[in-house]
Amino acid sequence: MSEIAERVKKIVVEHLGVEADKVTEQASFIDDLGADSLDIVELVMAFEEEFSVEIPDDAAEKIATVKDAIDYIEANKG
Amino acid sequence: MRRVVVTGLGLVTPLGGDVETTWKNILAGKSGATQITRFDASDQKCRIACEVKPPEHEYGFDPNLRVDHKVQRQVDPFIIFGIDAAGQAIEDAGLEHADEATRMRFGCSIGSGIGGLPGIEKESLVLAEKGPGRVSPHFVHGRLINLVSGQVSIKYGLMGPNHAVVTACSTGAHSIGDAARMIRDDDADIMLAGGAESALCPLGIAGFAQARALNMSSNDAPEKASRPYDKDRDGFVMGEGAGVVCLEEYEHAKARGAKIYAEVVGYGLSGDAYHVTAPHPEGLGAYNAMQMALKKAGMVPADIDYINAHGTSTMADTIELASVKRLFGDAISTVSMSSTKSAIGHLLGGAGAVEAIFCILAMRDQIVPPTINLDNPDEGTEGVDLVPHHAKKRKVKAVLNNSFGFGGTNASIVLKAMD
Repeated sequence: MSEIAERVKKIVVEHLGVEADKVTEQASFIDDLGADSLDIVELVMAFEEEFSVEIPDDAAEKIATVKDAIDYIEANKG
Repeated sequence: MRRVVVTGLGLVTPLGGDVETTWKNILAGKSGATQITRFDASDQKCRIACEVKPPEHEYGFDPNLRVDHKVQRQVDPFIIFGIDAAGQAIEDAGLEHADEATRMRFGCSIGSGIGGLPGIEKESLVLAEKGPGRVSPHFVHGRLINLVSGQVSIKYGLMGPNHAVVTACSTGAHSIGDAARMIRDDDADIMLAGGAESALCPLGIAGFAQARALNMSSNDAPEKASRPYDKDRDGFVMGEGAGVVCLEEYEHAKARGAKIYAEVVGYGLSGDAYHVTAPHPEGLGAYNAMQMALKKAGMVPADIDYINAHGTSTMADTIELASVKRLFGDAISTVSMSSTKSAIGHLLGGAGAVEAIFCILAMRDQIVPPTINLDNPDEGTEGVDLVPHHAKKRKVKAVLNNSFGFGGTNASIVLKAMD
């Protein structure tokens, strides 16, 4: 697992209060990890802080799974 | 008329994370005051408080018992305390798995005096330093006063009235009184009612200190700082925590074989119409609230065995006492009156509910809690049993609980043991 993926998962575990082994790359934030739309706003903010990356609203709306987040950060990280 | 009884209790206080631990420490005459550990208070005029203790402490509070990890991250401490105290009360009443029909008639009235001040302070710094795009999406609903009632209703599926009182330091008493009326008026059969508070942050301490309301002379002896009725009292000690009772219509409680602690028989409310922080000098508002509560209860002063005073350890203590003396007349010689704020500080919006629970426990155990630190009683205290230093065994069949708040808002409740 990449270093970015590890850090993403750590943030998800901390913010959503879920077991680490549930945070697979395929896991959907809403369907599998119990997040609501506000939790996703908060997660996106945390990713922006952690990786010094801007995630605009239209891109944030497309982030549905852990893998979506990792892919976006890997592609856009400065 | 529909009668209202108490069938469950819940407490989170500086002397315990539950009812029995708190009560044991109150009766033992302990103090919950320490130097402030929650934040660096070295530049504050007041550096002491009665903090709710961490889980590893002998009488600490464990937020993980009843509050979801995710919720803990999103909300201010007063909401965490309130959810836990409400959970204790609903479990004590045996109603945490109530069916849907019961939950349709089961509501919440848990208020706060100030609400999420620590979170407002913290997030305003985020706004100033990092800009609006970094403000938490949970900022608003993690700080709002009615979100104790909101969170509790979601957690337990309570679909009855959802309400929250905001009357400064009278909040807890008004919450119980108003919720009892909702049951009496047939809006609900069961209500969780009480108050929660945590304004323990630099802004909260500085604000009350600047208003000259806090003790600032005992920073090196915190456990001696709260001394209601003592000549040397000079300000309250900030507390935090929550108290919640489960109120229930009497026939409903009886039909399900519930344990019944007490009956809510009287409720009085008034306004001082005098000053924003100082009480009316003759205690007129306090007198009117107490008188109304007794009248509604169909009682005379001689029927009251114990008064849990507002008694914050400020100059206002003797004003309250004078109005009690005026109302009680000769009956003052048979009543005991104490301020448990001497032990746990002032829980502001939580105070009235926490103290109502102490009144109920006094009736259950036939013992009244002490006013600690009352070494040199002030002038005007003579002839009144203020229960100095030590708890006292005595008959307790009916109690009066006083709460007064900034803005000149007063509430008194009368509770009675079941026959």
